[in-house]
Amino acid sequence: MKRISGLRIREMVKKELRQLLRDPRARGVLFVAPIIQLVMFGYAVNTDIRNTATFVVDQDQSSESRRLIDVLTATGYFEIVGRSQGPADLVRALDRSEALIGLEIPRGFARDLSAGRTAKVQIVLDGTESNSATVAQGYAQRIVQRFSLERAAELGLVPEGGVDLRVRAWYNPNLESRVYNVPAVVAVLIMLMCLMLTALAVVRERELGTLDQLMVSPLTAEELMLSKTLPVAAIGLVDLVLISLVAVVWFDVPIRGFPPSLLLAAVLYILAGLSIGLLISTISRTQQEAFMTMFLFLQPAIILSGFFYPISSMPQIFQWVTLLNPVRHFLEIVRAIFLKGEGLAALWPQYLALTIMAAGVLRLAIIRFPRTVRA
Amino acid sequence: MNEAVRVRELTRHFGQFVAVDQVSFDVAPGEIFGFLGPNGAGKTTTIKMLTGLLSPTSGTALVAGYDVTQHPDEVKLNLGYMSQLFSLYPDLTVEENIQLFAGLYGVTGGRFAERRDWVLGMAGLTEHRRRSTGELSLGWKQRLALGCAVLHEPPLLFLDEPTSGVDPVSRRSFWDLIYQFAEAGTTVFVSTHYMEEAEYCYRLALMNRGRLIALDRPAALKETLRQPLLELRTDDPPKALEALRGAPGVVEAAMFGRALHVLVQDEHRALRELPQALAARGRSCEALQAVAPSLEDVFVALVRREGGTLDR
Repeated sequence: MKRISGLRIREMVKKELRQLLRDPRARGVLFVAPIIQLVMFGYAVNTDIRNTATFVVDQDQSSESRRLIDVLTATGYFEIVGRSQGPADLVRALDRSEALIGLEIPRGFARDLSAGRTAKVQIVLDGTESNSATVAQGYAQRIVQRFSLERAAELGLVPEGGVDLRVRAWYNPNLESRVYNVPAVVAVLIMLMCLMLTALAVVRERELGTLDQLMVSPLTAEELMLSKTLPVAAIGLVDLVLISLVAVVWFDVPIRGFPPSLLLAAVLYILAGLSIGLLISTISRTQQEAFMTMFLFLQPAIILSGFFYPISSMPQIFQWVTLLNPVRHFLEIVRAIFLKGEGLAALWPQYLALTIMAAGVLRLAIIRFPRTVRA
Repeated sequence: MNEAVRVRELTRHFGQFVAVDQVSFDVAPGEIFGFLGPNGAGKTTTIKMLTGLLSPTSGTALVAGYDVTQHPDEVKLNLGYMSQLFSLYPDLTVEENIQLFAGLYGVTGGRFAERRDWVLGMAGLTEHRRRSTGELSLGWKQRLALGCAVLHEPPLLFLDEPTSGVDPVSRRSFWDLIYQFAEAGTTVFVSTHYMEEAEYCYRLALMNRGRLIALDRPAALKETLRQPLLELRTDDPPKALEALRGAPGVVEAAMFGRALHVLVQDEHRALRELPQALAARGRSCEALQAVAPSLEDVFVALVRREGGTLDR
């Protein structure tokens, strides 16, 4: 094998950087768009329940029933969008999606309470929006429970024995989904950028004819791949630092871990991402084909990453598939470093997985490359 | 050194399709060697095999004395290559393109400055050195691409249809450059489908459907056409062509621009008898005269003699 030439790589890297950064619009896409996207997604990707549309059917019309409703709305999780005394109105409100949740307080609620009997209330949920409904249900249940405990205490009825369940969320005490999601958005944005910059890199030169011109020169496949890799990796790192700053400063996401270990993970993740992009680029014949292949990879990579859906609740076979997904490993590292303050000691399997992927796929792209020219 | 290029039984298949079929030839150092044939004749495939862009299915090729499959690195250092696509980076400036290719070939320092200035001067781009390459006219791009291909002063230059799409004036001045290279000792291997360009070559290889059908100096190729050639002008050439096929004394007839070129056994008899033969078949004869054969006539005759058809 021929020796790798520093001069050739230097000239190729200069050329790549010129092509990437010359156009002001391209600079905007590279450095401003990720920040805008992070801010947008940071607000949009939000699974918290606030101001859930609630319809109240109060058939009791007592001070006790009104007190329960007040407690419910005071938390900010629920907003009363309609009141009525007839259950039929509740059905209509849910049918028309005017309300997500319905609270029904039957006649005799206050009477049962003061008599020391168990009073009944009913919560009706719109199950088509299963995610929000489940979360809202949990909140409502806890609020009603607390209400009944307070009432019991006021009446001097000490619950016999029983278990007082206290839930405390570590790392994210208020269970704010933003703190959990923003680091994940960072991971997805970086992957998207790596793929976009590399998936078209080789195939564009093939369409332009410049690839032939490079291949008749002494430039080797290794040198070509390195020159396509280094500039994108540098841009990816700059982007990562920029959007991490936005996450910390704007969204108050804490960085509890050691920032350099985050940087190391980012380098490995970026290398894995752009190796996949380069592989796509070397096996595609046209830019269009490369673009389609890229999205064919990106969609499942996001869904099978644990971003929205927990990996532990996927069927076993998909859990195994996610082990091949760099986004999954980086997400685990990012969330652990940002939120838990963990480091290399606890996360070495994820680091190792990313290293193997980056090296393996890049090697594959290099091996695959000459054949595509000489085929 | 012996031959600049030595090709033996070179063959390339693409699946079932045979793009280049057992081609053998030698190119002498310092000559302008032309490769003539219609699109799809196998010219580009051959050049790609000689420059290391494509591996041969079978056969051997030595370029500058090195086997293209066994010593591709040595081959690469000895050749310059320019394709019909003028493969430069349109989003880089003229100077940046030169700098890139100089770097790839290890042309640095004082030699780089000298070669860069030479390319800028040769291409007439000294004042436009900071312009984006994509904005240049086709003629300029073509000269810049040639300049980038010879930055490292290779002994061998491969030009794959270098003048396609370029206006005739630019084409002529491009050939002046090719002559300069040849005079300086560079071997130039050039493919084309322009007949008049083929005349500029020292020797010419005619290709059709992957096969080499003739190889000689242009003048010698024309002499292989033994029979006299007549040019016929008529009101409806396609119909007249049909009428001529099988007419007495006619060896071969083909369209040539708006006229017909007819290869005959005897010039004088044909001049006398052909107008009558055409009239008998209801076709007119506006003019009929003997003409000197062109390379196109030779090409057509050779293809027909091989029993093939022309893919046009």
